[in-house]
Amino acid sequence: MAADRLSGYRRPDGRVGIRNHVVVLPVDDLSNAAAESIARIVPGTQALPHAYGRLQFGADLDLTFSTLIGTGTNPNVAAVVVIGIEPIWTERVASGIAQSGKPVVGLSIERNGDLRTVADGARCAARLLQDASMIERETIRREEVLVSIKCGESDTTSGLGSCPTTSQYVDHHVLTGGTVIFGETTELTGGEHLIAARCADDEVRKRFKEFYANYIGMIERSGADLFGSQPTEGNIRGGLSTIEEKAMGNIAKTGTVPIVDALDPAARPTKRGLNFMDTSCAAAECITLMAAAGAVLHLFPTGQGNIIGNPIEPVIKLTANPITATTMAEHIDLDVSGILAGEFTLAEAGGRLGEIVDQTICGRLTAAEVLGHREFVLTKLFPSA
Amino acid sequence: MEGLGQRLGVLVHNEGDSVGVAIRDLEPEDVEASWLDTGRRQSVRVSRSIPLGHKVALVDLAEDVDVIEYGVRIAMTRHAIESGDWVHTHNIRSARWPQIA
Repeated sequence: MAADRLSGYRRPDGRVGIRNHVVVLPVDDLSNAAAESIARIVPGTQALPHAYGRLQFGADLDLTFSTLIGTGTNPNVAAVVVIGIEPIWTERVASGIAQSGKPVVGLSIERNGDLRTVADGARCAARLLQDASMIERETIRREEVLVSIKCGESDTTSGLGSCPTTSQYVDHHVLTGGTVIFGETTELTGGEHLIAARCADDEVRKRFKEFYANYIGMIERSGADLFGSQPTEGNIRGGLSTIEEKAMGNIAKTGTVPIVDALDPAARPTKRGLNFMDTSCAAAECITLMAAAGAVLHLFPTGQGNIIGNPIEPVIKLTANPITATTMAEHIDLDVSGILAGEFTLAEAGGRLGEIVDQTICGRLTAAEVLGHREFVLTKLFPSA
Repeated sequence: MEGLGQRLGVLVHNEGDSVGVAIRDLEPEDVEASWLDTGRRQSVRVSRSIPLGHKVALVDLAEDVDVIEYGVRIAMTRHAIESGDWVHTHNIRSARWPQIA
């Protein structure tokens, strides 16, 4: 791997991004229309519409704020225009992002209306986009690239090929000083003891076990049969029979390194190495939280062909399922089905993934970026007031 | 047991696993299985059609016993399963989460 040639964007807070987005970020659902109008007037910026931000409270509101602020703060973002219906919460999100040192403008719609807000916001967005276009890539070290991992529409080929390939990169990245985030709390069921055993110390282990017990407790209290949801119908079609079997394939992508911390959703890692984050297993929710934590590059093994992308964090998709690699080729960045066929080894697959990672860091667009997949989904902890 | 002269058809994660995974669509046939942890190869008699990615029983399994894959329990049997049979949701179930179906 040609580490000497890697380039990225060093942000004012010292963190490193691999993309240079200018984002128009709505604080709430009501502000989506204005945000999307601004992004249409200033092509090259992008709006991140979402469904929430009104009458949330407590931990649910805190998570929305930390997700929005974390998204704006992500090093793949050069500058942000924040649009909200009310000035107080708009300012709260804008000032939270501004702490990273990057340019931020906050505009609220009440006493202005959409049209004045759009005009003002478009002027700001145009200026921020021109300024961002002047930021030059510079040489970076691979370990500065915060990587996240999550798999989706898994099948048994995930556990045999695409997840072990990802695992190769996770170990390499961590052993060379990098940081990786994994999550998917419920999808550890059946192998949670293996994750607990890999926690670096008793404090981390205790936190992991609390996250796991809380999430599973919520599911068990529902009394629901999750069959068809977790595992999904796609998982089942691909040969996965139970949550435990799915979990073992999932865990197969996490490498062999110790787990140095257990993080709240959207929380930024403070320890180098492999970090667990308490997340949903739904791809868009999970990756949105990981990007909000500052992850700038995502590795996504898939079996049956989840087509996920993210607006600010490039998602590299790999599959070991030859049917998926053939029928959904436009979504797949790396076909490792040759592992199953015995055409190449796991180590060789890991090397190929490393090459694509380097290319993506340096600007090569992922399949999801090319196809316009920009799924941005906030995690809702409970109903709004 | 190298060079069985059969096409590789099944990958097994760990020695001691009770199931392996079909790496291509299998018909009732004798195929070669390969263990990923030890590299051991052995012939397996597949008794019915099994699609790519689905599991085949490597041993006879009684009713209501653990099904082992990756060296851990990934399910319980709903009823007895014979070696070579297709293993999926019709004959195994989660040991952790209730399944009504």
